Amino acid sequence: MTHHVPWLSLAIWLPIVAGVVVLASGSEKNAREARVIAFIGALAGFLVTLPLFAEFDIGTSAMQFVEDAPWIERYNIRYHLGVDGIAMPFLLLNSFITVLVVLAGWDVIQSRVSQYMASFLIMSGLMNGVFASLDALLFYVFFEATLIPMYIVIGVWGGPNRVYAAVKFFLYTLLGSLLMLVAFLYLYNKAGGSFDILDFHRLPLGMGAQTALFVAFLLSFAVKVPMWPVHTWLPDAHVEAPTGGSAVLAAIMLKLGAYGFVRFSLPILPDASHALSGFMITLSLIAVVYIGLVALVQTDMKKLIAYSSISHMGFVTLGFFIFNAYGVEGALVQMISHGFISAAMFLCVGVMYDRMHSRMIADYGGVANTMPKFAAFMMLFAMANCGLPATSGFVGEFMVIMGAMKFNFWIAFLSATTLIFGAAYTLWMYKRVIFGEVANAEVAALKDINAREFVILGLLAAMVLWIGLHPAPLTDIMHASVNDLLKHVAQSKL
Amino acid sequence: MNAAMPNLLPAYAEIVLLVMACVILLVDLFLEDAQRWVTYVLSLLTLAACAFVTAGLGAISEPVYTFNNMFVSDVMANVLKLVTYVSVAAGMVYSRDYLADRGLFRGEYFSLALFATLGMMVMISANHFLSLYIGLELLSLSLYAMVALNRDSAQSTEAAMKYFVLGALASGLLLYGMSMIYGATGSLDISTVSRTLEMTSANRTVLVFGLVFVVSGLAFKLGVVPFHMWIPDVYEGAPSAVTLFIATAPKLAAFAMAMRLLVSALLALAVDWQQMLVLLSVLSMALGNLAAIAQSNIKRMLAYSTISHMGFLLLGLLSGVVGGNWLSAADAYSASMFYAIVYVLTTLAAFGMVLLLSRKGFEAEKIEDFRGLNRRSPWFAFIMLITMFSLAGVPPTVGFYAKLAVLQATIGAGQVWLAVVAVMFSLVGAFYYLRIIKLMYFDDPADNAVAISPRGDMGVLLSVNGLALLALGILPEQLLKLCLFAIKTL
Repeated sequence: MTHHVPWLSLAIWLPIVAGVVVLASGSEKNAREARVIAFIGALAGFLVTLPLFAEFDIGTSAMQFVEDAPWIERYNIRYHLGVDGIAMPFLLLNSFITVLVVLAGWDVIQSRVSQYMASFLIMSGLMNGVFASLDALLFYVFFEATLIPMYIVIGVWGGPNRVYAAVKFFLYTLLGSLLMLVAFLYLYNKAGGSFDILDFHRLPLGMGAQTALFVAFLLSFAVKVPMWPVHTWLPDAHVEAPTGGSAVLAAIMLKLGAYGFVRFSLPILPDASHALSGFMITLSLIAVVYIGLVALVQTDMKKLIAYSSISHMGFVTLGFFIFNAYGVEGALVQMISHGFISAAMFLCVGVMYDRMHSRMIADYGGVANTMPKFAAFMMLFAMANCGLPATSGFVGEFMVIMGAMKFNFWIAFLSATTLIFGAAYTLWMYKRVIFGEVANAEVAALKDINAREFVILGLLAAMVLWIGLHPAPLTDIMHASVNDLLKHVAQSKL
Repeated sequence: MNAAMPNLLPAYAEIVLLVMACVILLVDLFLEDAQRWVTYVLSLLTLAACAFVTAGLGAISEPVYTFNNMFVSDVMANVLKLVTYVSVAAGMVYSRDYLADRGLFRGEYFSLALFATLGMMVMISANHFLSLYIGLELLSLSLYAMVALNRDSAQSTEAAMKYFVLGALASGLLLYGMSMIYGATGSLDISTVSRTLEMTSANRTVLVFGLVFVVSGLAFKLGVVPFHMWIPDVYEGAPSAVTLFIATAPKLAAFAMAMRLLVSALLALAVDWQQMLVLLSVLSMALGNLAAIAQSNIKRMLAYSTISHMGFLLLGLLSGVVGGNWLSAADAYSASMFYAIVYVLTTLAAFGMVLLLSRKGFEAEKIEDFRGLNRRSPWFAFIMLITMFSLAGVPPTVGFYAKLAVLQATIGAGQVWLAVVAVMFSLVGAFYYLRIIKLMYFDDPADNAVAISPRGDMGVLLSVNGLALLALGILPEQLLKLCLFAIKTL
């Protein structure tokens, strides 16, 4: 199979170039042009990822759409791109969410519009780069570079405590990634001067080295996921970030960490992964149960959804470390599904925030009376968030619980409590915000969603339902790669 | 009596510079204040001419020795000299308005800068302890005078005094160490010292004793802990234009000095000096990064940041020889050389920004002065953003590859713990670079902030400088290769 069109490069560079153009075009006066160019750029960025889906060969676990060119020969760093069934869906998810985020910021963002739009476009391209890199250093460069636009987005357009949140976000993430860099360099020397991830997969490593590397990767990816107890940056960042920032953060950026586990930790360090699986499962279960309870007592909607994200991501890491096909595939589906649901939830809060300028649950009540269409959408997303069958939230969680059941009954039992806690905190919030009597004059004056918001939420709703009702296309794509991954993990490197 | 003419070709650039520096000194005597631009243009032209000559020599990849082996022209020397010209010239362009606003735009600055440059070139090309020392003194004396250029400022005078006293002490240490090594090996010629050490068993006690003094002198010039005390005071006290000068090109010369002394001459003692450098490096990274956080003056902050960067640079130098084998030595030393060049280019942009924000009657010395820069000038805020991320070592800026190169050398030498220490301190370092970005982007400007309108040439050059950090970050290949080639042909 030959691919003459470098779709992956296009998916990475098109948004970045569009971002630079937006930046160059922008002054405060022609904000409208900036928005239009940004939208065209985001849409084009999404369109070029479609061939990845259309031409993807589900029968193989090999890397596809491979591009390989020398980049920095001095250190044998290569511009090596390619996707397998694990990575490919994330490029689509990312490019899709970027389009929605640009739309969501259309009217809300009034100051420094071009910088805002450009940040998201550049971030989108960089994150595509993370998912498509097959060279560890290229991966690292993209991984780190995403911090810069996100730092600016949170710090410039965020809420009152934005500076604290932005710095915390940056430093926490940098802590982990610097250790990952040391780990990469160690592997590079072990592999005889190669940063190729696939070479790393084959590299024999002793138990001591594997454990040390595992810890380095863990710190990096755990911060990003985020896993308990290094999750504390997330509620701060989410609460302070603008709506678009929260959506991208939850939908894509958290996935970078989880993706790191499947791309690096599991296949490169199978023995350490097995040895430390108990530890990882414990952390995951704490995230699922304890953070679920923490979410219950939040009074701020964004904070509640942030904690709910951590809890759902606990499912993802749980799925990875029970080492069976149900678990891993379920975790991946959960990642995709959470990408849509969390983005949708944050955008819903954004819709209300734009009108009321409050995120506090207590300030709302009876929104359904004034915004019926919105209430219906939010109902769907809330249900998906608690894992109702026929929504995408159900599929991933169910598969992970199935996988856990095969592994150990009590783990499955504990993880299944999320179905109760998730329902409790989501629906309770929904009830307090949407139902009941109209709480105050401001709520009474609310206008229902406009056409733009309708399109955004409608598209997300369609995706949530599609994956919920018919997940087969997604799982088919992942199947071969997941099996290959499990084969790698089962093989001892000692 | 044999008075054969030495081969002057390798030293053409130095000769051009010396002659022109004298000419500029004379010409300047006859100029009115309004015509001072002639000096400025002549200085820049001189540097351009030197660059032309040096680039011409660059075609020769074998080292060429002259003046009885006291002077060498090799690829490393030529590359470092070229970067020195760029840095000095850019410094002059950035400083022009700053100096003019303060009545310092006079011939002295230019002739001193050119003589300092000559000193650096001699240091870079020295193949003999004495020529090295002469270069060093020429550089140092010019710098002492430059620090005190603003003679009515008590702070500048104090800084110059401190610099002079400590600098003289360091020169003394260095000379003392050199004399010890001379005692043990019977030669001051770097090639001969190296050969003697390899073949015979010279008196080790004397050698190591001498080595300690040499390393101390070197550490002072590089400005690493515990020989760093002068840096913050001098950086703060000197006029910003002079601080820019001190903070950039002389570090290249100091790196060259380290290469000539430690690697070319004393490689046989690598086990000993590597241990010393480990200590210096860790202390510098720790103190530099931690102390920088507490600073509210941008020049002091950059001073501590320099200290930490020099600690990082040492990581490459101390990773060359592992267990008596120097197979990876070229890798490690070229990483340090790359680091030095990147550091100079980045620092140039950082101080360029400080000069950009200063204006008549106003020194942009407080970190607070960067507040709201994104509102005043989005473009230069962006340039500063790149610069800060480059200093912090965040991709896709070139600062990242500098860190990558030395970390790779460190880990390649099996010192993973040292690499972990280094990255942890650079995490600390990221904090204060982020603070500048925070001020520029997240805060609103002060009420009395005026618009930024640099001279055309300065604006363009500063933009090019900033963008180069990004461009080199995306395509660092050529520079990395050049550094490797330079070290391999040493």
